[in-house]
Amino acid sequence: MFEFILPNAWLIPLVPVLAFALIGLFLHRWPKISAALSIFSIAIAFILALVIAGGVFSAPAGTVYEFSTRWLDMPGLQVDMGLLIDALTAVMLLVVTTVALLVQIYSLGYMKGDPGIASYYAYQSLFAASMLGLVIANNLGQMFVFWELVGICSYLLIGFWFGKYSARNAAIKAFITNRVGDFGFLLAILFLQIMFGTLNFGELSDSMAGFTNMTILIPVAILLFCGPIGKSAQFPLHVWLPDAMEGPTPVSALIHAATMVAAGVYLVARAFFIFSAVPQAMTVIAVIGGFTALFAATIALTQNDIKRILAYSTLSQLGYMMMAMGIGAMTAGMFHLMTHAFFKSLLFLGAGSVIVAMHEEQDIWKMGGLYKKMPITTWTFIIGALALSGIPPLSGFWSKDEILLGALASGHIGLYIIGAFVAFLTALYMFRLIFVAFFGSNKAGAEKAQENSAVMTVPLIILAAISVVAGLVNSPLMHNAFGHYINSPAGIEPHPSLIIMISSTVIALAGIAMAWLIYQKQVISAEDLKYRFEGIYKVLYHKYYIDEIYAWLGARLVDGMAKVLYWFDIYVVNGFINAIAYVTAITGEVLKFTEDGQVQTYALYMFAGIVLLLVSALYAVYTVLI
Amino acid sequence: MDFSLLTTEILVALIGLLVLVVGLVLPDRGKQLVGKLSLLALAIVLVYALIAFPREASYFNGIYQVDVFGNYFKILFLIAGILVMLSASKYIKRFAAKSSEFYGLMILATLGMMVLSASGDFITMYIGLELMTISFYILTAYLQSDKRSSEAGLKYLILGAISSAVLLFGMSLVYAMTGTTIISEIAGAWTMQPAMAAGLVMIIAGFAFKISVIPFHMWAPDIYQGAPIPVTTYLAVGSKAAAFAALVRVFMLAFPPGSISFNWNIILAVLAVLTMVIGNLIALTQKNVKRLLAYSSIAQAGYILVGLVAANTYGLKGVLFYAMLYVFSNTGAFAVATAVEVDAGSTDIDAFNGLAKRSPMLAAIMTVCMLSLAGIPPMAGFVGKFYLFSGAIQAGYLWVAIIGLVMSMVSVYYYLGVAKAMYIGVSIDENPIKLDVPAQMALWACLAGTLLIGIYPGPLSNFVQTAISMFL
Repeated sequence: MFEFILPNAWLIPLVPVLAFALIGLFLHRWPKISAALSIFSIAIAFILALVIAGGVFSAPAGTVYEFSTRWLDMPGLQVDMGLLIDALTAVMLLVVTTVALLVQIYSLGYMKGDPGIASYYAYQSLFAASMLGLVIANNLGQMFVFWELVGICSYLLIGFWFGKYSARNAAIKAFITNRVGDFGFLLAILFLQIMFGTLNFGELSDSMAGFTNMTILIPVAILLFCGPIGKSAQFPLHVWLPDAMEGPTPVSALIHAATMVAAGVYLVARAFFIFSAVPQAMTVIAVIGGFTALFAATIALTQNDIKRILAYSTLSQLGYMMMAMGIGAMTAGMFHLMTHAFFKSLLFLGAGSVIVAMHEEQDIWKMGGLYKKMPITTWTFIIGALALSGIPPLSGFWSKDEILLGALASGHIGLYIIGAFVAFLTALYMFRLIFVAFFGSNKAGAEKAQENSAVMTVPLIILAAISVVAGLVNSPLMHNAFGHYINSPAGIEPHPSLIIMISSTVIALAGIAMAWLIYQKQVISAEDLKYRFEGIYKVLYHKYYIDEIYAWLGARLVDGMAKVLYWFDIYVVNGFINAIAYVTAITGEVLKFTEDGQVQTYALYMFAGIVLLLVSALYAVYTVLI
Repeated sequence: MDFSLLTTEILVALIGLLVLVVGLVLPDRGKQLVGKLSLLALAIVLVYALIAFPREASYFNGIYQVDVFGNYFKILFLIAGILVMLSASKYIKRFAAKSSEFYGLMILATLGMMVLSASGDFITMYIGLELMTISFYILTAYLQSDKRSSEAGLKYLILGAISSAVLLFGMSLVYAMTGTTIISEIAGAWTMQPAMAAGLVMIIAGFAFKISVIPFHMWAPDIYQGAPIPVTTYLAVGSKAAAFAALVRVFMLAFPPGSISFNWNIILAVLAVLTMVIGNLIALTQKNVKRLLAYSSIAQAGYILVGLVAANTYGLKGVLFYAMLYVFSNTGAFAVATAVEVDAGSTDIDAFNGLAKRSPMLAAIMTVCMLSLAGIPPMAGFVGKFYLFSGAIQAGYLWVAIIGLVMSMVSVYYYLGVAKAMYIGVSIDENPIKLDVPAQMALWACLAGTLLIGIYPGPLSNFVQTAISMFL
């Protein structure tokens, strides 16, 4: 089974692509069949991924399967396409297919009655396929193609309700912000191709070993990191992600957990051999990651929209993963990517369930007391929040612990403190959300809320179960199996420490306790705090005014430059082009008259041509013979 | 001699003759069956030809050559013939009682192309050429009730006869100087004489007529527009590819570049540039899609000729590669035009207005095929042009490649003009165009071919590499 599927792993992205094509071309008139086909295709992909993962994890650690075939052979340029399957790929395949499958099933309930269900499922299939294609690519060029496809799909899905002005804008914002990062990524790819003549990961890794020209490698590594900054929404390109909440909630779950944002982290892990060879780039990654983690967590404290809180939480956790990568703890970063995928998709789907029950109400202050009306949603949400806060033995505890451990073991005390503080903030904002929205007194809208159908709650339960146990795979209880398979020779692999485990648990509990005191018991008044720290609160509430700064800069720099270029374009470029076009068109018109329909004329041209050819040929012979 | 290697040709000849004879005997209903059966038979021959691809033999002291190069083109003609006949299934009803003869003549033209591409000497080559051309004379004038069709047939006959005369004159001059008509023996007997050069130039002129190279192109627009559309399609993809096959064989074997002291590449380079420039410029002004495609196919001949100008691995690979993708892309574009003509009775660009709303699939196929002809990735045309132009650059003809690239850009304008009509234009008629099953099969095959070759050119590239190995 494994032997057969392994070289045919391209089927995993192909099956959802076929679903996309079939729905787009033929089935879009039948929404139910479209949805069924889409779910069926991702289920097949899931089964294939399971088989592959089974095979990879029963082989000895470090086994790499690569299949490559020549795609293009031109003078001076050989382009290959191929599959690269190792433990890293297998984990990603599993995570992506699991979350995508559950999200698609959940969408049956969430998108019920929407007129665009068929296209929704078509995009979902394409989204999953692009991400799966990205994961199995064996070279950067192929990866970039799928990387861009992921970008297109996010554009389509964020702007899915394109009737809404804000949704359209959010889609455009996500796309353009990503373009900025992708530009750097593409430049890095070009540089790597020029420097090493290959984009294959294995070959690049070999050539990196003997490459010592740091002056060129540093900018290349940093350009390469621009891609993840955009896709994984790191500061300063994080602005698209909170706005992307305009898409349907299951899409947010997919974007924040399995696809899109995971792509950036995955790229860093896949190209870890490049980054780890450049200490300066590693520092940049670690600092940007750590800063994003702290920066986003503080914003999350002040937001009132349930989805936005989760969005900033995602930003913060992505920062965590990047920080892990930057300090060399690649295994910990990937481990956190995996556990985060499960509990964050759980949280988003839970939020979606609440939003459906509250009839599109997203403000947590208008909810309250939902635990009585929606027990399944509430309890699964709490499990997700506990996992996110890092309470043992839930999955987030193990992965977050590894990152903190890595920071301490590699001597990054500052980053360790940031990490620990973010862990505290995480627990605080998550339980602020829970105490306000799920407990507390009933607000007007929450009176009539009721639990959703099984098609929505069953995925929640499954994800909750996974969120509880997923962390065990890299716990000392299972001899750090995850780390055994996924590690980099350049990465660090510290031994677990009981002190860190206890201290981070205490920090998380402190966060929860503080949330309980403020928002449940109201021993400390939230309003009071707001007034006392009004300045800070305002800055946080307005997300550090980053959007406003970008708008201002955009108006000055971009619009100003655009005006100059517009003038140049209209008067210089257009004038030139119009002149050429005019001459071309006139020439065409004149030449048209050579064709007059008379056979005699045609024959005349032929003979004239022969005579001209003969004269020139004979002249050539004459010059040679003389 | 082992004649079993000639099975492909023998079968095609038998099918062609059978169709002609059986069509006389059978009543009307049976005639439709004849068409279907002959298509099935050709499909079987195609499978056989694919299997027999690597087999080689030489007959009658080199007069007839079965080799991979010829076999490649035989496969190409069979694919083209099948696609054209499939896409024509509805159009053929216009021929009423003469439909089975139509199939017969198409198949005989295919046989002519096969002989042309596999002949090892000038006389056999001429016989193949005439078998193909005479079949086309009749086919061009096949719409007897349409004056334009008759006019086109007559024009083609007169001009075709002139070009044959020129070609024969050229061949006889070469024979006079070397004492042989066997292509492979000419190179050894080469002498630098004015008469030899004149013969060579006339051979170029003769073939240039068939591939519609400027200034020998004047017949093409009138004949393309007047002839029944399936015939036009086959003229454009089949007859042109056959003439290219013969041209490559003659010039690479009889006058191999480097070993003779006459630089014919520069003559072809000038002709190719003229063809690319003028063909594309006139196409800009066309209002009728058939005529537009006629000028486009003149320009396309210029691109393919660039490969022979280069006469190196990439150039020749480009010629064969482009000829194959041209079958899919051009037949696809013509097949959509056929469907529109059957529906609207016209192929003016206005008749394509709003096609995207009426039949989105037809509009999509037309767009994909035209973008392929314009050389936009990921369609097949891009890869083909990449081979042709990189071959030219490698051989030192940078200026030819640059002009080719610039003219490709120009061509995007008129190709997209049709797309614009289909997607933005408004049509009064809202009903989708009805297609019969064979035409749908042909359209899907053209779309699949155009996209597959473009996305994954590897297999065809290897195939072509084998086919040209005998020249290098």
